[in-house]
Amino acid sequence: MSRLIRMDHTGHSTVAEWSADDPVAVEAAVVAFREELDRGYLAMVTTGPGHAEQVRELPIDSELVILRLPISGG
Amino acid sequence: MAPPLQGRGLSAAMDAAPAALLPETAAVPWRPRVDDRRLRRVGRLWTLTTVAHVVPFLLAAAVLVALEPLSLPVALGCLAHAWIIPELYAQRGANVARPRRRRAGGEGAERVALGLLGDLVDHDAREVHARTGLVPERGRLGTWLVGEAGALLVRDRRVFCWCVRVDDPDLPSGDRIAHLLLALRADEQGFATVANLAFAGSRWRVRRRLARPMRPALDG
Repeated sequence: MSRLIRMDHTGHSTVAEWSADDPVAVEAAVVAFREELDRGYLAMVTTGPGHAEQVRELPIDSELVILRLPISGG
Repeated sequence: MAPPLQGRGLSAAMDAAPAALLPETAAVPWRPRVDDRRLRRVGRLWTLTTVAHVVPFLLAAAVLVALEPLSLPVALGCLAHAWIIPELYAQRGANVARPRRRRAGGEGAERVALGLLGDLVDHDAREVHARTGLVPERGRLGTWLVGEAGALLVRDRRVFCWCVRVDDPDLPSGDRIAHLLLALRADEQGFATVANLAFAGSRWRVRRRLARPMRPALDG
């Protein structure tokens, strides 16, 4: 089961869960993913130890997609 | 009836295209992208600046005492300036690692956030974070120590202190670090470009200005 989670004031919230072989769940996850991006979140997937990648479309095969807010110089 | 994933949904999802550059760099188009060469240059400039602050006061102190021994109190004031100014800069650097004030009643959220952060890093990094509040991350530019509102980049004996944060005061500490860590991992040079450099100088100068529990993180 893959998960789309958003880091927020609760620690993190699960926005969507899907299995690659469940088209309805994937579609719902894609819709939720786009809504979060429209809200200004950036989607990240881990691509190996010490590596992450921003994605602009939901990577269905990823186990975990993390939504984060933009960073800025303090 | 068409399958729900035809059209934009599935094809778009399948074509997931990663972006190499940190999108936040678009907010600072005037900044040159930080790389190894630029860091060396910036490091040398900080050293020169420190020398330019310290040497005139030292010379003034020496000249004053040589010309008129009674001017010793003024000379001591000059020496104090020569000592205080670099210390203030080092303090500014150490401040980027200072933990932010906790939100009351946020312990549950903090536990959840730490769980996610723990999933992102290995055992050694978790252990360092538990002891120091900083997460070590080896990068191409050096070894990073990521905190809630900033990161230290350790390169040999020099440390660069970057002020960088996620703009949501309600986020628990673990999530703040996870935000920075993910951005750093996605584009290390972009991360350093977006961040504001607060200080660059000798490691020992920052170390003694850090909170005592954090200091071992700089030793690694």
